[in-house]
Amino acid sequence: MAQAITDKDGVKRYLITLNVNGDAHTVLVKGNAILTNVLREQLDLTGTKKGCELGDCGSCTVLLDGKPVDSCLVLAIEADGREITTIEGVAENGRLDAIQESMINHAAVQCGYCTPGMVLSAKALLTRNPNPSEQEVREAISGNLCRCTGYVHIVEAVLATAQGRLTPDDH
Amino acid sequence: MSDNHKVIGRSVPRIDGPEKVTGGAKYTGDLKFPNMLYGKILTSPHAHARIISIDTSEAERLPGVKAVITHKDVPTLKYGLSPARWDESIFCSDKVRFVGDKVAAVACLDEDTCYRALKLIKVEYEVLPAALDFLHAMDEGQPQVHEEYARNINTEIHQEFGDVEKALAEAHHVRTDTFVGQRTYQSPIEPHSAISMWDGGKLTIYSSTQSPHYFQHYIAREFDMPMGDVRIIKPYLGGGFGGKLEPTGLEFAGAVLARLTGRPVRTFYDRAEMFAHNRGRHAQYMEITTGVDKNGKILAAKANFLMDGGAYTSLGIASAYYAGALLPLTYEFDNYQFDMFRVYTNLPACGAQRGHGAPQPKYAFESHLDNVAADLGIDPMDIRIINARRPDTVTPNDFRVNSCKIKECLERVRVMSGWDEKKKNLPRGRGIGVATGSFVTGAGYPIYRTDLPHAAAFIKVCEDGTAATLYTGSVDIGQGSDTVLCQMAAEAMGYRYEQMKIVAADTEITPLDFGAYASRQTYMSGAAVKQAGEEVKRQILEMASSMLGLPADDLDCADGMIFSKSRNGKSLSFEEVARKHFVLRGPLLGRGSYTPPKLGGSFKGAAVGTSPAYSFGAQVGEVAIDEETGEISVVGIWDVHDCGKVINPRLLHGQVHGALYMGMGEAVWEEVLFDDKGRIKNAELANYRLLTAVDMPPITSEVVDSYEPTGPWGVKEVGEGATNPTLGMFSNAIFDAMGVRVNSLPLSYEKVWRALKEKREREEDARREEDARREAHDRRADAQREADGPTPIYANPI
Ligand code: FES
Ligand code: FES
Repeated sequence: MAQAITDKDGVKRYLITLNVNGDAHTVLVKGNAILTNVLREQLDLTGTKKGCELGDCGSCTVLLDGKPVDSCLVLAIEADGREITTIEGVAENGRLDAIQESMINHAAVQCGYCTPGMVLSAKALLTRNPNPSEQEVREAISGNLCRCTGYVHIVEAVLATAQGRLTPDDH
Repeated sequence: MSDNHKVIGRSVPRIDGPEKVTGGAKYTGDLKFPNMLYGKILTSPHAHARIISIDTSEAERLPGVKAVITHKDVPTLKYGLSPARWDESIFCSDKVRFVGDKVAAVACLDEDTCYRALKLIKVEYEVLPAALDFLHAMDEGQPQVHEEYARNINTEIHQEFGDVEKALAEAHHVRTDTFVGQRTYQSPIEPHSAISMWDGGKLTIYSSTQSPHYFQHYIAREFDMPMGDVRIIKPYLGGGFGGKLEPTGLEFAGAVLARLTGRPVRTFYDRAEMFAHNRGRHAQYMEITTGVDKNGKILAAKANFLMDGGAYTSLGIASAYYAGALLPLTYEFDNYQFDMFRVYTNLPACGAQRGHGAPQPKYAFESHLDNVAADLGIDPMDIRIINARRPDTVTPNDFRVNSCKIKECLERVRVMSGWDEKKKNLPRGRGIGVATGSFVTGAGYPIYRTDLPHAAAFIKVCEDGTAATLYTGSVDIGQGSDTVLCQMAAEAMGYRYEQMKIVAADTEITPLDFGAYASRQTYMSGAAVKQAGEEVKRQILEMASSMLGLPADDLDCADGMIFSKSRNGKSLSFEEVARKHFVLRGPLLGRGSYTPPKLGGSFKGAAVGTSPAYSFGAQVGEVAIDEETGEISVVGIWDVHDCGKVINPRLLHGQVHGALYMGMGEAVWEEVLFDDKGRIKNAELANYRLLTAVDMPPITSEVVDSYEPTGPWGVKEVGEGATNPTLGMFSNAIFDAMGVRVNSLPLSYEKVWRALKEKREREEDARREEDARREAHDRRADAQREADGPTPIYANPI
């Protein structure tokens, strides 16, 4: 159990450790702090977006122990000691992940606000199922709302990544 | 129309792609400044109420609260987007006019304290009866939303071109239908936010805006400042679709809070507040009458509309004009009448949403046209081809159309969708529908009256020639304008796209551009960029001419190489020449600007809907209806567009997909719903019902080969135009599947189920009546036979 500290007004805060993208961060959070806000405000990892704070849009998606979750529905204290991957942790050593590359090449990115969440949901799917059907791709990203693309190029980009083609033929 | 372009016409990857896929792209709400405070606005819980008193003292005493402001602390000047009706205030002083109207604001150390402080502000209201139903807002005895607008009439329009009554009297067939369109909301995934800060007398605002220029203009006006002391910066923007075009109040409140506290203040709307701010599509009642000859050629049309404006004008005057002005664009007819009332109600204000004003009237007209075709027994595709506008024509309301390939779009989509086959063979419960659309390529006139150019651009080539930076006031809201404009700049300069950089949408650094609305950027900003690129190229060729000892007009530059047009072998790289230019002549710069020609007639409202060029398109959709549940499955959508020269095909099709997605949502699912107190019932994305990836059908989109003579390299619009046919297309496909028409949007499962049920009941009633009639007839015949005795047998008369 995380160590609790009570301030002079009687508000309790908890000292927790978040393992984000391989780095351990010790942070002090209130009991009701949501993971999205702690990542964005305390760790400055603003790649995790906020679109609704209700679990509707998926723009706050992060991987918690490898599984995609809406970080606005996760309390920071629930993530204590667990492995978190945010969008900042997807590219390694400055090299884009295949899914990122493919999303750019397929023009699956428009305003880009849904993109971090979309990339993480897609990545989780491809890790779990390297050869998904179109329907499986659609289901895997159905918790990530995109208002710009109609999902056409996004679905294409994910399927192409699975097939090892990061660039569309019409490029 | 030569096609030896090196950069344009290619699906180059987005210039902002890497930042966006790595989470590096900073949107307004991601920014943080030292000493920054958080600001929040207190809004009205009532649809209509008089403010008796506001007591902020308790909120002020809360630790962590740095400022609390009400109408007493802010400029009282009314603002709005349409200068014709400035009717909004930063904060309400006498009354609130909708649930969500702005009353006060706080600045605090953190977000939590903001919410607590808002609860401590005591506002005493006298609740007034509210006008919530736009169909009755003009009735006698309805509550008045604004004292100065009798019968809640915000604007009324009466236009007539040709002689409508005469044409209708002479028509072979006249039909009237009425339709109702619902209120929808843009729902960009990024919520609105702004960060305001003062440096002496200078105000800087980072804002999620579609037009830094209009923001700068309106903020300077509101605070009575010279425009030069207001700087608006647009960081990355997470979608707009018309919803981020105007001041939200966040930036006005934020600016005042920042001045009072001397600290940067970040203000923002949460999702529910965004719904309350709204500015989405107007709900609309539409009556349409058309007269046609026996072949289905339209002779005259009459549109009689009523629009729910909500509590303020917003961009609604333009929306009202657009609703009628664009209607005679796709089809040719000479006689046209348009009557419209936009009324105030105690609901959030409506404004411009993708396709501004046009999608719902198009839904009504396209549904109506199918009814007319059915009356006459004409194929819906044929009636559209018969009436399709031709190039180089003028609409009855004086819009000049240059390029126009709507006929080709229809013919192509007919083939792609397998229309003729399907029309004959689709089984019961399946249907196919077609509709067309057209849209402006940028508005012919700015939103406020000014003679400033509509777009401008600079290009600065790096000292060693290894990069060139485009400076533009245009706004990439996701549509990809940064990429497309860099492609255009590189093409005009003879440079490489991969070496382009861009600085966009910062009023202090970049030259004026009216921004992202009315589908104007590729065309208008593109024209300015092309001019700037050509100025760079001219200087490069002049410099190269002296370096090579060849006349400048014998030289050309493409793909970063300067070469002689007449002889082989002599060439220089762009880099070498640019560097030399910098050494000998100083910075290598290009400038460009664009002002549209004078457009349109001289009647009242003639300016709205004018554009230097119009895009066209046609869509076919196939649906399957579950007769038990009313559930609509979309089998496929085919879209063909005439959007002139295509600069980046992938980005263009992305726009079409997105427009179809939005149109499909509006056609079948999306609707902002209110309770009887004027409160939004579904102010969340889940219940407003945005479509997910599993809801989307297969989409096939194509373009026809097209060239717009007035556009840079022949370009035209696509981003909004692709929404225009969609609602009508669905309406017609559903009509085809069910044989009965649902006359209001959204065409929800429930309405479809109800319409089918009523149809079944009607058919059953008819069958029962028929049976009863037949029985009665038989009875009568039997009785007669009895009375007549045995039937006489006649000899064969021959
Ligand atoms: S912000 Fe978490 S799902 Fe929308
Ligand atoms: S790209 Fe804009 S929300 Fe997906």
